[in-house]
Amino acid sequence: MSHDHSLNPETMPQEPEKATLEGRNKFLGLWFFLGGETVLFASFFGTYLALRNSTAGGPASTDIFGLGLVFAMTMILLTSSLTSVYAMYHMKNNDFKKMMLWLGITGLLGISFLALEIYEFAHYIIDYEFTFRSSAFGSAFYTLVGFHGGHVLFGITWLIALMVRNAKRGLNLYNAPKFYTFSLYWHFIDVVWVFIFTVVYLMGRVG
Amino acid sequence: MSIASTQKQGFGAFLWDYITTVDHKKIAHLYLFGGGFFFLLGGLEALIIRLQLVVPENDFISAGLYNEMFTMHGVTMIFLAAMPLLLGLMNAIMPLQIGARDVAFPFLNSLGFWLFMFGGILLNFSWFMGGGAPDAGWTSYTPLSLQSPGHGVDFYVLGLQISGAGTLMGGINFLVTIVTMRAPGMTYMRMPLFSWATFVTSMLILFAFPALTVGLFLLMFDRMFDSAFFDVALGGNSVIWQHLFWIFGHPEVYILILPAFGVFSDITSTLSKKRLFGYTAMVFATILIAFLGFMVWAHHMFTVGLGPVANSIFAIATMAIAVPTGIKIFNWLATMWGGSITINSAMLWTLGFIPTFTIGGMTGVMLGSAVADYQYHDTYFVVAHFHYVIVGGTLFGILAALHFWWPKMFGRILHEGMGKITFWIFFSGFHLTFFVQHFLGLMGMPRRYWVFLEDQGLDMGNLVSTIGAFLMGIAVVIFLINIFYSWSKGEKAPADPWDGRSLEWAISSPPPHYNFKQTPLVRGLDPLWIEKMEGKGEIRPAEPLGDIHMPNSTVLPFMMSLGFTIAGFGFIFQVDHSAYLILVFAGMAIALLSMLIRSLKDDHGYHITKEELEREAD
Amino acid sequence: MTENTNTNHVDSFQKRKNKDEMKKQLISFALMIGFTIIAFIAVASDAMDQMFIVPLILILALVQVGFQFYYFMHMKDKGHEMPAAMIYGGVWAALLTIAALVLIVWW
Repeated sequence: MSHDHSLNPETMPQEPEKATLEGRNKFLGLWFFLGGETVLFASFFGTYLALRNSTAGGPASTDIFGLGLVFAMTMILLTSSLTSVYAMYHMKNNDFKKMMLWLGITGLLGISFLALEIYEFAHYIIDYEFTFRSSAFGSAFYTLVGFHGGHVLFGITWLIALMVRNAKRGLNLYNAPKFYTFSLYWHFIDVVWVFIFTVVYLMGRVG
Repeated sequence: MSIASTQKQGFGAFLWDYITTVDHKKIAHLYLFGGGFFFLLGGLEALIIRLQLVVPENDFISAGLYNEMFTMHGVTMIFLAAMPLLLGLMNAIMPLQIGARDVAFPFLNSLGFWLFMFGGILLNFSWFMGGGAPDAGWTSYTPLSLQSPGHGVDFYVLGLQISGAGTLMGGINFLVTIVTMRAPGMTYMRMPLFSWATFVTSMLILFAFPALTVGLFLLMFDRMFDSAFFDVALGGNSVIWQHLFWIFGHPEVYILILPAFGVFSDITSTLSKKRLFGYTAMVFATILIAFLGFMVWAHHMFTVGLGPVANSIFAIATMAIAVPTGIKIFNWLATMWGGSITINSAMLWTLGFIPTFTIGGMTGVMLGSAVADYQYHDTYFVVAHFHYVIVGGTLFGILAALHFWWPKMFGRILHEGMGKITFWIFFSGFHLTFFVQHFLGLMGMPRRYWVFLEDQGLDMGNLVSTIGAFLMGIAVVIFLINIFYSWSKGEKAPADPWDGRSLEWAISSPPPHYNFKQTPLVRGLDPLWIEKMEGKGEIRPAEPLGDIHMPNSTVLPFMMSLGFTIAGFGFIFQVDHSAYLILVFAGMAIALLSMLIRSLKDDHGYHITKEELEREAD
Repeated sequence: MTENTNTNHVDSFQKRKNKDEMKKQLISFALMIGFTIIAFIAVASDAMDQMFIVPLILILALVQVGFQFYYFMHMKDKGHEMPAAMIYGGVWAALLTIAALVLIVWW
């Protein structure tokens, strides 16, 4: 099967991401990687849960966490998950332009999420003097949420590289798996965030 | 094509070929070379430890250097010798056994090797710079590792982080290879046990290494950026490190032993000329060991004070592992029962393994009893136990595999006489060294102590132990001579020197770089044996001769790893002076640039055409 | 080019299937948003005892994550046996890790 020619609706296989051996390998490789990432984040979550009350006299979770900002961040990231679903929907219908449009929206939502997170961290540091070094709770909080933010940043960079590289080439069996694996990764970031807003922020408010 | 013949093209070209290779067989050579080098280094450290302990109150080396010596011995042997040697064997053999032309991600495969190699080199640079090697033990428990002065522990953190990332990539690569690239007819339940072991081990790597990654990050942040994970004054907790380390650390020992089990299964059945007894039970025992292996980590922490409930649960889970392991031991014995056994050096290692490992397993059950463990904990009894399983299991397995698959990997047969001498000297040296350590431990000699006092009943045992260690050293030297001998004038290996049963013996030794000219058709367990008995003696092809798609060589994995290593040095020394941050940025720039090139430049590989394949004489 | 569905040999059956799939995903998205809002309201309103809130929001999170995996990431479709096995393996190791760090960290 040729890699180099763009697909037209007649040659489009049902699942372009898994039509080649390379595609299947990438698909499985990323899924397995996510299996490992599950343990990675579990270790961060476990550390956070063990240390969440170790405030050493500094600010505690009930003092600093507000719900409004977190709710906005959650909605943004959840929506970006849906937009990447739309992108994959258009990929399967071989509509390259619409796919790129929805991927672009996904990226923008990701960037606004990151911006809010940076604002949030700055807010804690400046207004509450709650830092990475103020207590074991601080270290665990910034590490857990920061690693998630790092994953978002990596995802955005990945997405930009993919979009720029393939802007003029259209969809083919060589790059379809790349788009698809990106979307899997992006959903996983969302999964982690669901646990972060539940375990860190909501449970932190409850005390 | 042996190494000797490739040298004619000039050393530079030879080196460049290996630096840029993505061929799993050449990466296997690199792993074996790298792992072998660190094995010799770790062995040297072991001999220095034993020299220090040869007589009471010795002052051969200083107390501080002794701490560095045993720390580096442990770290080197586990992360830089045993694992890479096993990964090398997997790389060399597993794709051949399942009838694949290559691995799923040749680029990642190469990246994984170079990350391991550079991580190991970074770690060993600590001997020369930054105030000494890591000295907090291979477990690097906090708060000891936080208090350790100098940069030793920083080297430990960065070196293991980099090489651990490489191992994780290797694991994912093998998993995907086995899932998608098995030859037609090669169902899961027809895979040779070594391939099964590779599969299960890779799963363990996938789920265990992230815990180490996180633990190392936390330690790194505490040491370099003043966070407070393990700082009790700010609410931190040292038990977190112990959990994270052992949640990784215990599966790690199964990562070390399961491939060896696979090796012994294949060798036993091939050299007994019998189908492996209880194949299905062997597969499920492997999976069961891996599953249970995740639930027993706290038996390393019985004396921490987790409470009687937790200790009981982990004690029972630990003892349960003896069941699947016992299944394996009996299946190996039953495979040999009534077989026509060839006793060559590979088989000798296998025969030596069974009693040795059984002893190690029984002391393991003893240690698994939480109440008794309070007596054994941190004594030489533990040292004896884990050397019986890691040396007697993993290292015997590696040596057996090297003798068994050397012809396939390098095209030459190792000298049989020297192989047998190596075995007997090593085997006696090993038991001399470690058997007495059981009793030293029971008499109360603690591990990791620099000196011991005389006339406490420890003098004789330690002397015997040191003599044994030197016998092992001599055996390793003989093995090296054997390698050089076979390299220069060893017998050329035929395709199938042992009357083999699995697919790797169906192609020439060493295999062509595309492995199988035509993808083989597998008709059952032990496919080559089936064809020998019922067919024409050779594997049938599953496809007509056609073009073969191959990946291009690339230097990018080397550059990425180099970049991360430079950044690692930067991270270590930026604590002293922020000017070293330049190294962080420069290293990261090299690595990220290489990644960018990788993602922007399409690499479709090349094709070996049908005509070229036809021209190559069989 | 959705208007081409009747010409050009485009597999209209497949397109219909994709559309149905998309409808399901929209429903799961709506449910996920709903769950999120319930969780936030439960915490913000202080109406419930915290004994109930914590398990409630954890269950809501788990269900929501199930939707992500099974619908958004297609784990319900065939050909996802190995991914599911590896994710469940990861979840198992993850649960052990979290249980250890929550239950048997000793002070």
